[in-house]
Formats: sequence, structure tokens, C-alpha cells
Amino acid sequence: MAKKNISGMSDVKIKIKDRDGVVHEVDAPTDMNMNLMEIVRSYELAPEGTIGICGGMAMCASCQCYIESDHQLPGMSDDEDAMLAEAFHVKDNSRLGCQIHITEDLEGLEVELAPES
Amino acid sequence: MIKTDILIIGAGPTGLFAVFEAGLLQLKCHLIDALPQAGGQCSEIYPKKPIYDIPGFPEVLAGDLVNNLMEQIKAFQPGFTLGERANTIEKLEDGTFLVTTNKGTRHNAPIVAIAGGLGSFEPRKPLIDRIKDYEDKGVAYFIKDPEVYRNKKVLIAGGGDSALDWSIFLADVASEVTLVHRRNEFRGALDSVEKVQSLKNLGKINLITPAEVVGLKGSGKLEAVVINKTGDEDEEITKEIDYFIPLFGLSPKLGPIADWGLEIEKNAIKVDTFDYQTNIPGIYAIGDVNTYPGKLKLILCGFHEATLMCQSAYQRIFPDKKYVMKYTTVGGVSGFDGSKKEAPKAVVKSID
Repeated sequence: MAKKNISGMSDVKIKIKDRDGVVHEVDAPTDMNMNLMEIVRSYELAPEGTIGICGGMAMCASCQCYIESDHQLPGMSDDEDAMLAEAFHVKDNSRLGCQIHITEDLEGLEVELAPES
Repeated sequence: MIKTDILIIGAGPTGLFAVFEAGLLQLKCHLIDALPQAGGQCSEIYPKKPIYDIPGFPEVLAGDLVNNLMEQIKAFQPGFTLGERANTIEKLEDGTFLVTTNKGTRHNAPIVAIAGGLGSFEPRKPLIDRIKDYEDKGVAYFIKDPEVYRNKKVLIAGGGDSALDWSIFLADVASEVTLVHRRNEFRGALDSVEKVQSLKNLGKINLITPAEVVGLKGSGKLEAVVINKTGDEDEEITKEIDYFIPLFGLSPKLGPIADWGLEIEKNAIKVDTFDYQTNIPGIYAIGDVNTYPGKLKLILCGFHEATLMCQSAYQRIFPDKKYVMKYTTVGGVSGFDGSKKEAPKAVVKSID
């Protein structure tokens, strides 16, 4: 059962495999207007300066991740799509973490961080 | 050798504003930046993005902020070494620092302020087997001198503005220009996309999409590339070329600064929040490049840090001088170019 936070909204549990292959299960708040890249940074699962370089504008691909669970995520914006077209290590399940907003639908999401490039 | 009072490494908004604060104290500045233009990330990554948290600007485009800062510091005549990366630092016998760039340009100053943001921008290199062996032997990540490509066969890879703009430019220089991109769609200014379309229609640019360069061939130097064109059935094309120019954007790396003996934590330089000095006296770190308890990577915080850094730098250069901070509304701004800005004097006149 997802834990309720102070504003009555649920945190969701997300499994994140870091770049060394270690899996972390973290609580991600749904009421803080956060995205997946910011969750990774807040738990320091990738060194500062190697993720979220552009700040979350879909302009650098440093937060690329692979979606490993079968969650239905909102579609990509043109910006995200174009950025991934220029990124490296891209797979069919690649997304930019900064474009994935944390909502209650993401309970149980499993992602893997793409290698640094 | 370039001599100055404060040598600033990094010409982003924080480094630029430091020139202003130093100028109020009659200290001269020189800036080094690895990029060919001032502005740092604001110019390189997001010039067209609006920023909403610059005090006094409800909304300002990052590019306009840089232009405004350049205007604000013009009277203090800062020097610039652009397109060069600060490589080494050496403390001289007189206590000043000697900073040398990757191109050998030497700079000497009693104070060094590192305003390097996330580091210097390095090209992102595609993951192609043996690409390193062909660097400077047919593979280039920057176009420094377009004349190198005159009457040569050039292949550019990438889908952004620089790939589009260089394809357009080289269409008139090279004997053959091929543009390869993983998608049919390009992400760039509309007129660049349209120009490439018309050059393609004229047969001046070969467009191969959706496709990717997957291999390099040649002994001693690049002679051909292998292109994988995706479609219903993938097709492998071997194309003879003289130059391959992958343009996949830039990514910042802390780089040589990490080896300067400064205390580093989380890819940033540790400073004392009293004056943003590092563990080496006389070397300061301001803006996104530094870290301290409670650090926020915001432009407005960089401005504050630059201001306090300049006061401390002044004390280091002139330990015996007494000084109190003066408001610009009181003291005005006296440029090194002889210009003087000050509040207009109130009129004292009787009213009949």
C-alpha cells in the first residue's frame, strides 16, 4: 500500500538501476512537481554533473533512461523525441527522465539509467 | 603574456557579472572560455529559453541576459581568450598565478576566479569502432577552418542546428556534402531546415535518412564510411569520403581544473562561503562550479558570489587600503574607457 504523504497524496515506489547496475527502490513524491531526473538527483544515484546537465529542458540527454516495466507513460514531446534522435546508447524503451513527471500512475515503475556520454 | 588583476575562467553569466563588480573596485578582468563565444550555457545550450528568476526581470531570454551583461560590463573593457581551455596553473615566486590554455596562451594575475559552470564543453563523440584512430585523419568534431574542406567530399552526421548550418555552408565549399541523420525530422531553426530542403532539391546536399554511420574505413587516414540506412529492410552503404564530421552537440566536463589541487566534492569545487575562496588562497570559485552547504545552482546566486569574491580579491591585492562599499546610485559607474555614468543632479530652482 502506497504511503500517504502530508497533503494526502501518495508517494510511489520506483526501482532505479544505477549506472553500476545496483538497483535502488526509492519513494518518489507525487505532490512536489518532480520528474524522474530530479528523483535520481535527490537520492544521489548518479554523480552531480553527470545527470540533469541542462536542468531539465530536454536539451542534453544526460538523464536518458530505459523503461523496464510495462507502464503506459505519456507520449514524448517533439523536443524529447528530437533529443533522443541525437543521443547515444538509445534503445526502443529510451526516455529522458526529466520529461517523466511523477504521478500516482507510476507506482512500481522500473527504470535503468543509460550510460554517461 | 596577458596580465590582469582578476583572471576569470568561464565567461558565463557569473563570470561576466564579476567583471562589473571588479570594475566598481577599479580592478581589471580577463576571461578565458573554451567556447568561441561568451555566455556559457545560456548561449550554448538554451539562448532562446526564457528565465523567470533573475531579480528585476519578470522574463528574460537567456541569450538576451548575456547581451545585457556584455553591455553592462563594456565600460570595464574586459579581455577575452575564447575558444581555448584553461589547462594548467602555476604559482609564481611573486605569489601571482600563471594560467596556460590548451593553445599555449599565457595569462598572469594575482587572483584567479573559476566561474567554470559544469566545466568546459567538449564534443560528444559517437560510439563508432576505431573512431579515435581517425581523429585529425579525416574525423573532426569542430569546423575550425572551412577552407580545409574546399573541393573535398564531406559527410556530416547529426540532426541539430550545427549539422544543418554547416551542411548549408559547406554546400558552396566542398565538392560533395552528405548529411546523415537517424531520423527524417531535424531539430533546428525553420529557415535552416527549409534551406537544406532546397539545397537537397538542387542536388547540392545528399540527404541520407533515417540512417547512421556505423563504420569507418581507410588505412592511415579516413577513406570511406559505412552507413546503415534503416527502413523495411536495413541497407548498408559504403561511401567514399575525405572527411567525416559528427556534430552531436557538446557536453560539459570539469576537465583539467580537477587536477589543480583544489578540493573537489561531487564534481564541484569546495569553497568557504565567507568569500568563495578555495583551499588555495588567491583562487576563488563562483557560480555553478562551486559547492558549499546549502549551495543552489542559480544564476542569481552566482551574481552574489561574484560580488563577495571581488571584495575579498580587492583586500588581497591591496591589504593596506581602507575601503567601504559604495552604491552605484551614489558613486555612479566610471569605466576604464573614460565613460562616466551617474544619477542626474536634482535641479535646485525656486518656483515663483
